[in-house]
Amino acid sequence: MTDKTLYTITIFSENAVGVLNQITAIFMRRQLNIETLSVSPSAIEGIHKFTITAYSDDAELMKKLVRQIDKRVDILKAYFNIDEELVHQELAMYKLSTEKVMEHGSVEYLIRKYNIRVLEITKDCVVFLKAGHYAETQGLFDELAAEIGVLQFVRSGRIAITTSPLERLSDMLAKIEEERMKLQSK
Amino acid sequence: MNITGSETLIRSLLAEGVNTIFGYPGGAIMPVFDALYDFKKEINHVLVRHEQGAVHAAQGYARVSGKTGVALVTSGPGATNAITGITDAMMDSTPLVVISGQVASFLLGSDAFQEADVISLTQPITKWTYQIRRPEDIPWAVSRAFYIAASGRPGPVMLDIARDAQLNKCDYSYKKTDFLRSYKPLSEPELDKIELAAEIINSAKKPLALVGQGVILGNAEEELLAFLEKADIPFGSTILGLSAMPTDHPLNNGMLGMHGNVSPNMKTNECDVLIAIGMRFDDRVTGNLATYAKQAKVIHFDIDLAEMDKNVKTTVKVLGDVKETLPLMTNFLEKKSHTDWKTEFKPYDKTEFDCVIKEELFPESGDIKMGEVINKVTEATQNKAICVTDVGQNQMMASRYFKYTQSRSMVTSGALGTMGFGLPASIGAKYGAPDRTVCLFVGDGGIQMTIQELGTIMEHNVDVKIILLNNSWLGMVRQWQELFFNERYSETQMHNPDFIKIADAYNIKGKKVTQREELDDAIAEMLSHKGAYLLEVQVEAKGMVYPMMPAGSCVTNIMLGEGRTIQNAK
Repeated sequence: MTDKTLYTITIFSENAVGVLNQITAIFMRRQLNIETLSVSPSAIEGIHKFTITAYSDDAELMKKLVRQIDKRVDILKAYFNIDEELVHQELAMYKLSTEKVMEHGSVEYLIRKYNIRVLEITKDCVVFLKAGHYAETQGLFDELAAEIGVLQFVRSGRIAITTSPLERLSDMLAKIEEERMKLQSK
Repeated sequence: MNITGSETLIRSLLAEGVNTIFGYPGGAIMPVFDALYDFKKEINHVLVRHEQGAVHAAQGYARVSGKTGVALVTSGPGATNAITGITDAMMDSTPLVVISGQVASFLLGSDAFQEADVISLTQPITKWTYQIRRPEDIPWAVSRAFYIAASGRPGPVMLDIARDAQLNKCDYSYKKTDFLRSYKPLSEPELDKIELAAEIINSAKKPLALVGQGVILGNAEEELLAFLEKADIPFGSTILGLSAMPTDHPLNNGMLGMHGNVSPNMKTNECDVLIAIGMRFDDRVTGNLATYAKQAKVIHFDIDLAEMDKNVKTTVKVLGDVKETLPLMTNFLEKKSHTDWKTEFKPYDKTEFDCVIKEELFPESGDIKMGEVINKVTEATQNKAICVTDVGQNQMMASRYFKYTQSRSMVTSGALGTMGFGLPASIGAKYGAPDRTVCLFVGDGGIQMTIQELGTIMEHNVDVKIILLNNSWLGMVRQWQELFFNERYSETQMHNPDFIKIADAYNIKGKKVTQREELDDAIAEMLSHKGAYLLEVQVEAKGMVYPMMPAGSCVTNIMLGEGRTIQNAK
């Protein structure tokens, strides 16, 4: 991989069937692999938020990509950011054997070092939760795998919030509402 | 009012002003066809012979009439047969509403008989696609469909209606759509950008305008004319922009691109300001982007933000409907005269005439030339006819040599390059403009891709003039084999049937011409004949379309035939 940047693409859409299909088709045409994907209802009812990350060495391409996504009828807004413009987070869960954890002795060091939350302890397994950047959740995985062994591991897609003072979605919705009023008064 | 979903569909179409539909019935769309039976007076359904033909006909109809074309097909193979036409309409920005039947909703996803995943198949090739599973959603979906298809940058919309939604009953009320929260078809003109563009144009010494289909789609022909004449800007047209301006307008320097005219292509790399209007810098226009108009400031007028900076980096982007933005800019323009600059185009025109056009249009001996036929046809119609083309050499020759006196007179498959487009599109064009002469130029390859539509012409007495330019080759591919594949003619020679006999079987009058002396009379007979006519002209077997800019090369790298280039021809 030569100097590729990880871009975070944020998309707001109507909650319609098939939106994800439309979005991924545009990634596919541009030969972009999706690294992570997170979809959930936004703060505004009926509007869904997609957060997608993808590596690319071409900022121009990302501009074209989001415009092509933005253009789709069901999409309200699409834009992209680089990490420096974002506060972002991923979640990871780790399942360990209780027996192995006991054998290991003290996990206090790890829990403090990685700020781990313990979600569950049974006689068979212990489940850890770690929030952080990719490097952090991966760092914990590597250490656990080396020292204790990890039975199951899962990492969520990235979620992100822009650090700019601009609140894009609410600004945009206000503008859309204004346009609707204008149209109605015509 | 409790009526079936099928009837709500028909009533919704009527509410959108639809009076012509191109279609083909089948199991999953039968309830709609049954409802149509009661509306024969209101809606003229044109039964085609293949669903691809239905969509191409709807395209031809839309392109000449400015209305949204409608095609009606059944599920499964009906819908998949429509896909080529839908893709074509998407790439050429043609407003269509294509309606397909679908298996009953309880069968969806079960691989039922004639079930195809139409939504997934058509999402990438439509502006919007929607599956209707309840009758009460039909008016809503039709209303959205027509709004989306025709607004902003037009395009096709697909409605896939489950069989039970067609059969079940519901209340009917219709409300036109004029707003969708997530869809912004039009941007308000940005005055600062327009002023900046005007400033650049005012200070230009060598401006060149590129006219695209956006002008026609926006009905902005007059606004364009006012702009071009005030600033005295010579222009070239994209293939889809042809007929936006009259061919004989003094500022008109012909067509852009691979087989376009020499002067606008050459001047692209000499102008100081390049003004693109409703066009999208297709690779067939630009050739190699790395050497394209690098010296020029580029001003791009377009309705679609996704086209801005997509291929060519612009100095000023003017987003919006050219019908609004052009006059706003013209207000800021100074009256100019660019006589010296315009004179610079002339030597290129002369070289092109001497090296290419003279021999193509006015040969004195040898086989009949394609260009010669087109020139004779356009002149015999006083340049007032609608030109429909298929794809390949016939298309390039027609684009180069057909002449226009009014807009919406050129129907061709520009971006997708769909062989087989011409015959059904000409049928649609005749329905879209019943009072005009429709001339189709088609090759022996392309006509056989959709030749079954002769049946549609026969059944509905569609008065189209079919000019079959028969060279017994897939001419454009053969041309590339000659130029770029060492004359290895792999699978391009055609063993053809007797086309006149075929026409005769369809009760279509036809004549085959092999001699130059017969051509004028045959064209006159064709044009005066009431009804469809197939004029087959046996043209030069290995004719070439020149000028030619090889794919991916510089826009000034122009071949003129016989080893000549624009650089060495003088």
